[in-house]
This record gives sequence, structure tokens and C-alpha cells, in this order.
Amino acid sequence: MAATLSPPRLLPSGDSAITVEFSRSVDEVANQRVLALDRTLARETITGITETVPTYRSLLVHYDPVQIDFDTLSGKLVTLALLPVPPVTKMRRWRIPVAYGGEHGIDLEDVARTLKSTPENIVARHVAGDYRVAMIGFTPGWSYLSGLDASLQMPRLQNPRLVTPAGTISIGGVQTGVQCLAGPSGWHLLGRTAVRTYQLHRDPIFLLEPGDAVTFSAVDARTFAEQDRAAAAGEIVAELMTS
Amino acid sequence: MSKLVISAIGPASSVQDGGRYGAQRYGLTPSGAMDRLALATANSLVGNATFAAAIEIGPFGAKFTVREGAVRIALAGASRNADISGRAVVSNTSTTMADGETLTLGFARGGCFSYLAIEGGIAGEPMFGSLAVNARAGLGSPYPRPLQAGDELQAAPASGAAENRIDLPPPVDGPIRVVMGPQDDEFGDAKALFLDREWKISSASDRMGYRLEGPVIKHLHGHNIVSDGTVNGSVQVPGNGQPIVLMPDRGTSGGYPKIATLITADLGRFAQIPAGTGFRFKAVSMAEAQAEARKFSEMLRTLPDRLRPIDNFALNIEALRDANVAGAAVSAVDAGTWQIPSPADTPAHD
Repeated sequence: MAATLSPPRLLPSGDSAITVEFSRSVDEVANQRVLALDRTLARETITGITETVPTYRSLLVHYDPVQIDFDTLSGKLVTLALLPVPPVTKMRRWRIPVAYGGEHGIDLEDVARTLKSTPENIVARHVAGDYRVAMIGFTPGWSYLSGLDASLQMPRLQNPRLVTPAGTISIGGVQTGVQCLAGPSGWHLLGRTAVRTYQLHRDPIFLLEPGDAVTFSAVDARTFAEQDRAAAAGEIVAELMTS
Repeated sequence: MSKLVISAIGPASSVQDGGRYGAQRYGLTPSGAMDRLALATANSLVGNATFAAAIEIGPFGAKFTVREGAVRIALAGASRNADISGRAVVSNTSTTMADGETLTLGFARGGCFSYLAIEGGIAGEPMFGSLAVNARAGLGSPYPRPLQAGDELQAAPASGAAENRIDLPPPVDGPIRVVMGPQDDEFGDAKALFLDREWKISSASDRMGYRLEGPVIKHLHGHNIVSDGTVNGSVQVPGNGQPIVLMPDRGTSGGYPKIATLITADLGRFAQIPAGTGFRFKAVSMAEAQAEARKFSEMLRTLPDRLRPIDNFALNIEALRDANVAGAAVSAVDAGTWQIPSPADTPAHD
């Protein structure tokens, strides 16, 4: 017996996009509804929709106002958003190798100290997690994962770093993430993976999809170096399991 | 193939087109021209597809030299001094450069970006359907980075087609129009402040975002929201209360509340406002914004109908070739070839 779904808020993002907002906070149920609506829109072609962007709590729907107007599209989106969320029958599951600590994860020691634990224990808790790709955004392949152990939640850095390495695995607030390109970040850096979630001239260019399941496995620095060479040559390195 | 050699160019200059769409869900931002009307204008003048790739030239000057054949070009966007080996070039007209000639562009005046379209477009390998430079993602062709002196762009030999000018509709002025939201409910009285006061664009602005300077826009509940999707023209307000308008190289998601969103029809006009120049915002209804978006789209689609022949002189490719053989000498017979009449410096749409 499905619970009655609350209607989403439809927020104008200018004249060519609508934010379909299911929640104002990070919320597993809201994220499932976002991904369900995203799948529905991929199936039911609505003329005028040009692109959809799932995020934690809302689906951004880009459209062409020449082909459909705000009111008409809003009506259709509300109707579709209130359909029961179908169970996910097939989910891709990735295992991503991570070299934790040391030069690969410069914040691991600090995180352990702050959380009154040991680096080994922090790694064990991070590896034990069963995560979902809640959204991909900011820069290409930056994958935000939900499902972080509550005991690993930490506020973001007061002063974000301007550059953090490609492949960084980090934690921030209730989230953990796989960062593809080097770039700024205010999260705590636990390790690095050789896996490229975005790589040109590889098929596929983007590895992860919103909704994919992710687990991590700890590897040593030597394995990381070998995998990094293989990944640079176009190998995927991550293991794909389907459940 | 002819080619266009970049002999000098300032920062913030890159190959741009209509942008790449469809991969924002993977964090890949669309990029593309800052001023789509100016891009479309330059392209239309040389018979290219409306959003074909062209050279987006930032506020500083630039120099381009033609090698291995003639090249037909058009310049649109910000006004600037422009000449080809001594003869003035008028914005919003097409012209043909002979082998060896140099186009020299001055600083942008009353705008920021100009577009140099090359007849036949720019040769390159599209990724996700676009040649637009997105340096952070390693995308863009023929160079996945801003242009530098010494770069060369392959170009089709000039067709010798008659040269055009274009009758653009009168430039829109007045406040930059916005639709409020998606998170305007995160702001109280600050909404009125945002709409009532004058703003300036900070010099710390780029293709990712234009930072605004003006009154402090206070949040009702703090400046952190859960990240959600962004669009070109999102006006996000970080903790310091100074809004940032997101531009085509924006991050695809952001964690600051967005008080308003620029209307599509005003994005290019906004991109052309120089740092330090005062302007205001005005809220319009969704119905008005969408009517303007449709009008703008129709205008872009029908730009080729606005082309007019440049009829009081003959510009002819054979004459150019002859002239080139004759060096820099300009014969009385061919005088028309060398003097593009410019009754007035055609104002750019900005």
C-alpha cells in the first residue's frame, strides 16, 4: 500500500527551465522520487523538454519555451511526479578501489582525530558503506553519494581548498563523493581512486549514472599507481556488478 | 584550405558556438557564446548556420593574419576599432580578406565580447556536438583552451559571394529583466533591494560567472541550501550577499540560494555590460519572459532575412587577388574594393 505522495513544488528557473522540488533537505525518499521522475521523462517523451538534471532533492527540467509553455509543462510534470515510484528492478553496482590516507588522503588523520577514532577505523567505516549516486554535478563526473555512515558526518572546511587532486574521495556533511577532475573543494580528503568517472575518448565517457550503487574497496599505494596507469590508457578499473 | 593565423590575442578569447547540451546531468556545462545574438549575426553575414563556431574575442585587442588564400569574415558584438591592412572594417558587415592581409582589432568599447565568424565555419572535431571551448573539461576544438598567439584556424577559401550588411532590430536597452526564483522565498525585504538598487559588474568576473557589486542581499535562513541545478542566468547569492550571475561555463549545480533568473532574451545583453558600468534589474512575469524568449528565438531564426547587399561598391574576389599580386598599391580602378563605405560606425546591438 503506497503512501500518498506529496506534490512537488514547481519553481521557475527562468523562462526555459523548471525546478521540480521534492524536498528542501537531503532526503533519500525525495532523491528516489527525483530519479523516478527522471526515468519517467526519459520514457515518456514530452515535446519541448531538452534536458533533465537530477539533484539530491529536485529535478531540473530544461525546455524550449517555443515548444511548450510553463503552465502546460508544469501541469504535465505534477501529474507524472505523483505517479507511484516504481521499484528499481535493475541497478548497476560499482566497486571503486581507493588508496586511503597518506599523500592520497591528506585529511584522514585529522578526520580520525576529530572523530576520536583511528585512521584504520575511519577507512573500515567508509568501505563498509553501501552508497547511491544521488547526483552528478558542479564539474564533469563529480559524483555525490548518499548513504554515508552517520558517524562519519563532519562539517565542511571553513576555508575550501582551491585545488584538490583528480580522483579524490572525500566526505562533507552527510555526503561522500568521487571527484573526477582536479578542482576546488571544501570536503575532507580521505583517499584517491584511479577510476575516471569522466574520460574523453573512452566508451563510456561518463562512467556513473545517477541512481547507480557504489561501494569502495581499499587498495595500497602500489596498486593505485598500477591502476592509475591502466586508467590513463582508457581502462575502466572499477568493477561493475549488476544486482 | 586557407587559414587564419592568430598573431596576437588577449585573454578570454576562445572558439565558441551554440554550446553542448545533453550532458549537464553528468556535470558537463554547456559553454557556448556569451552573446548568442552577436554570434548568430556574425554567422548569418557569411552564410553560416546560426550557431556555428566562431571566435569569441574578449575585451582586449587582437590580430589575425590570413595565409594560403582569401578568407571571408564578419565581425559582430561589442564595438571596437577594426581595420584590415589599413582599411576600416565595419561591425555587422561581411568582408573578404586577401592572402597576407591582417585584421587588427582594438579594445572593446561599450561591450565585452565580439564574434569573428569565418565563412564555412571553423574546422574542428565536435565533442557532444560542439566545438566550444570548456578548458576545465578539456573540451574544445581545434584547441581545448583559450586562443593564444601563434594558433592557426583552418578556413574555407573565400567563396567570392557578394558582401552583406544586416539590418538588426533596434537594440534593447533598459533594465536587465529577470523572473524571480527559484529560491526567492529564501529572501525577505532583500528582494526589493535587489530590484530597486543599481548594480555593477565586478572585474573579478569570467565565463563562469559575473560577480555583482551593490547592496548586501541578506538571506532569511542562511546561505547554504542543498545543491540543485543551475541555468545560464541564475542569480545565486553566496554568504557575502553579493550576487553572482551564472554564465555559460557555470557549474551545473550550486549550493547557494538563487534569488532570480535572467530572461533568455537578455542574457547576451547582460554579458556585454562592461565591469564598473551601472545597471538595474526588473522583474517580469513568466508569461512576459516566455513571450520575449519566443520573439528572440524567432529573431535569431530569421536573421538571414535581414541581410542586405552592400550595393554602392563592388567587392570582388578577383580584384582582391589582383590587388594582392600588386602588393599594397591601390589602383584607382579598384578603389571600391578597398574602401568599405561606412556612413556611420554601425552601432552594435549592445
